[in-house]
Amino acid sequence: MSLAEGILQIIEDAAAQQGFARVTEIRLEIGALSGVEPEALNFSLEVVLRQTLAEGARLVLETLPGQGYCLDCGETVPIQALYDVCPRCGGARVQATGGTEMRVKDLLVE
Amino acid sequence: MCTVCGCGEGETRIEGHDHHHGHTHDHPHEHAADTPYRVRPAGLHGNLHYGLGPAHAHAPGLSQERMVKIEQDILGKNNSYAAGNRKYFAEHGIFAVNLVSSPGSGKTSLLVKTIEGLADLAKVAVVEGDQQTSFDADRIRATGAPALQVNTGKGCHLDAHMVGHALEHLKLADDSLLMIENVGNLVCPAAFDLGEAHKVVILSVTEGEDKPLKYPDMFHAADLMLLNKVDLLPYLNFDVAKCVDYARQVNPKLQVMEVSATSGQGLDAWMAWLMQGLEQARASRQQNVELLKQRIAELEARLAGQV
Repeated sequence: MSLAEGILQIIEDAAAQQGFARVTEIRLEIGALSGVEPEALNFSLEVVLRQTLAEGARLVLETLPGQGYCLDCGETVPIQALYDVCPRCGGARVQATGGTEMRVKDLLVE
Repeated sequence: MCTVCGCGEGETRIEGHDHHHGHTHDHPHEHAADTPYRVRPAGLHGNLHYGLGPAHAHAPGLSQERMVKIEQDILGKNNSYAAGNRKYFAEHGIFAVNLVSSPGSGKTSLLVKTIEGLADLAKVAVVEGDQQTSFDADRIRATGAPALQVNTGKGCHLDAHMVGHALEHLKLADDSLLMIENVGNLVCPAAFDLGEAHKVVILSVTEGEDKPLKYPDMFHAADLMLLNKVDLLPYLNFDVAKCVDYARQVNPKLQVMEVSATSGQGLDAWMAWLMQGLEQARASRQQNVELLKQRIAELEARLAGQV
């Protein structure tokens, strides 16, 4: 819910700066490791955006894949969760390096 | 994340501070470079030009949509408040830690013991986050340490803005220790930077050893894990080694200490860790002061040369 409110704030700030009155599409980049549950975010946004300039806007979620750096192989490897072991060596010393983002990418406005 | 638990803003109460937002704040923003396309405003003849955007939609009856680049972090606002708090801590030599855990892990008891143990060594202040009541702040104040309760209402975590307000009320001493006890919740507080030097996650052995895997975000965000209530281990089936393995699987760099607020076991190591952090904060403030003095001396010398 806080995230949805954060998104609305970003949209309202941009509207004040760039002079648009209506938002028809919101594109978000959400990393697979960011801890954001897309369905829950969808639901909260629907509620939060009611009676705002972005009411009824299409929501497009782009999921960015999780990436980690394995301290044992010294390689960047794909991971699906923070606790995943390295798919190359099976070691657990993998640090998340990508896929933790949660950003508003762009908006379609009128 | 709060997208799951449904918490929202608007009900935060800070002791002695009505938060109605009648005042304005400076909120620094960074926006991507302004996009060049706009609708030209009505001119002399009342014309509106809709063909200026990149899509050049001229079909009658169709409104022209345009794309606005945003590229902003959703938590950007919180992060800018956190940066403000962090700067404040650095300028005042304050070592701030953010204590996070599930409810009932023994955070407040551990805090009380810690404050008593450090009584002769450091000034300690506490920010207490709970949804309701000031029970925890009352417990801390009973030790003589200043404490401020922040009630988050329906909120499930402290954010950097609330902590910033708390700092205004607490008026912390230079070179002191600030312990922020977050709302008992292993999910949302992981995502909200408060400006602290470290997040410290407290897990008690009466919980499951698999919690680091069940709530990986929190264990990933923390730098130190305190395994609390270890005095109860003889009565439980809690596998310490397995728990530590799970935690390191999520966060290979995580430091682990076994402690018990009741028996006092391990508290020396924990307090030594805090004092080491505090010494570093003090030293870097001293260094900054020295640099500033040096700079003033240089400027004065230059000024003297001009006169």
